[in-house]
Amino acid sequence: MKTFYRENISPALYAVGFTVILLFRAFSQTHHVFFKRREILEQMFIAGIGSLFVVSIVSIFTGMIMGLNTGLGLRDFGAEGQIGLLLTITLTREMSPFMTSLILAASVGSAMAAEIGTMKVSEEIDALEVMSIDPVRYLVMPRVFGFSVMVPILCIYSSALGILGGAIVGHFQLGIDMMSYFQDVFYRISSIPGLKDLYTGIFKGYVFGLIIATVSCSQGLRTTGGAIGVGQTTRQAVVTSFLMVIFFGYVITAIFYK
Amino acid sequence: MRTEKLDTIAIEMRNVHKAFGERKILKGMNIKVKKGETMVIVGPSGTGKSVSLKHLTGLLDPDEGECFIFDESISFCDEKKKKKLRSKLGVLFQSGALINWLTVYENVALPLREHKIADGEELDQIVMEKLKWLDLVPAKDTLPGNISGGMKKRVGLARALTSRPEIVMYDEPTSGLDPVMSNVINDLVIRMQKELGLTSIVVTHDMSSAYRIADRISFLYEGQVLFCGTSDDLQKSADPVIQQFIHGRTEGPMILDHSELKVSKSR
Repeated sequence: MKTFYRENISPALYAVGFTVILLFRAFSQTHHVFFKRREILEQMFIAGIGSLFVVSIVSIFTGMIMGLNTGLGLRDFGAEGQIGLLLTITLTREMSPFMTSLILAASVGSAMAAEIGTMKVSEEIDALEVMSIDPVRYLVMPRVFGFSVMVPILCIYSSALGILGGAIVGHFQLGIDMMSYFQDVFYRISSIPGLKDLYTGIFKGYVFGLIIATVSCSQGLRTTGGAIGVGQTTRQAVVTSFLMVIFFGYVITAIFYK
Repeated sequence: MRTEKLDTIAIEMRNVHKAFGERKILKGMNIKVKKGETMVIVGPSGTGKSVSLKHLTGLLDPDEGECFIFDESISFCDEKKKKKLRSKLGVLFQSGALINWLTVYENVALPLREHKIADGEELDQIVMEKLKWLDLVPAKDTLPGNISGGMKKRVGLARALTSRPEIVMYDEPTSGLDPVMSNVINDLVIRMQKELGLTSIVVTHDMSSAYRIADRISFLYEGQVLFCGTSDDLQKSADPVIQQFIHGRTEGPMILDHSELKVSKSR
């Protein structure tokens, strides 16, 4: 029992504590945002523009797949015209933040963990500390800030493309009128529940952005053991980010839609 | 003047013990480096040379004992005091530890920019002065990934010098370099001591470098200082472990790298 605690529970508790403290330390450095604007913009570019192509493709096809499946299901009841409404609700509230975050965790988050992990094992983090440059201010805060701004923007972009994908499938495969499809979409978005879906999705994007950046940086900063350590760090960063995104996705939905 | 200078203790490790898990690395390490002196720490791999440097830079705190920079403890102190003491230190890491996405110029300018010490023309002047001093001007816009190992060390040194330290610590400054480049680095260490009056502490395996640059040499073995004296005294030492190490003999009483292997004459 003691060995199990020492080998499994204790490191897990340490990792959680380290990550939470890191997030608070990153928040405490946000008054340096203007000074670090160049690094923040770089991180926003990496997260946003760097993953734009993948996010675009995945979003359009997700919208098409969802549109086709729900449309075919609803056709039995003669209600296939409702897919615009359904896709708007599902994508803005749930699917877009979820998809975007998983893509970013797998692509940019893993690269971030590997980059910081390599810096750790090659003594670059030590060098920063010896120069009295706080690694949290220099490395973590710009990433956390950049991600928390960029992921919500990507969520909105992903929702828009998903809805467009649904429109293409709806029009060409299910024979739905494009005008009535977009009327449904705009009607939903401009309604109070639609706005709630939208800001819930944006809030999720913000939280997921914080999670991915903080988890990846935390894993990177705790890397030990050379190339093998960097590999393990990268894998753990992606797995932990996935699990956290799913868990907090549920928690936020449960809070907003009691 | 010189007596007064040499009487001041710049660096001190007092009875430092450190263990990582079950493995004891430092077992009562004592060392004193006088101001303006170049102290070289030599010894077999795994005896705690780099760990000693990490204690002296405040990156590690000892399990027992204390480390001092100009009589002020850098162990167990808060970040504010560490920052103050670290401003007196420049460290050259084994790999150079350069930030990979910054150019040579930006790496050297990093401490000045981050601490808002200088900006604009003043920053440019300080950085260019260091780059010229270390013959790095042609490479100033190059990324660290595209320069040689020797150049990386010189960039690391330029960066360490930008904050005008009083003490410079070198971790294996000549490892992985050809003999000519090793001597370039050795000459830089000597030049910095002579021209800038810096106190230096150098961790190395390279005995020819040690003899060339050291005022005194400390031989570290099994987490303790086995010998401390001049290069001549070290070479004349009758200790069989020291003789085995400085002559690079595979046979002798030395325990190799903390492994179970004991290479002895009887084998």
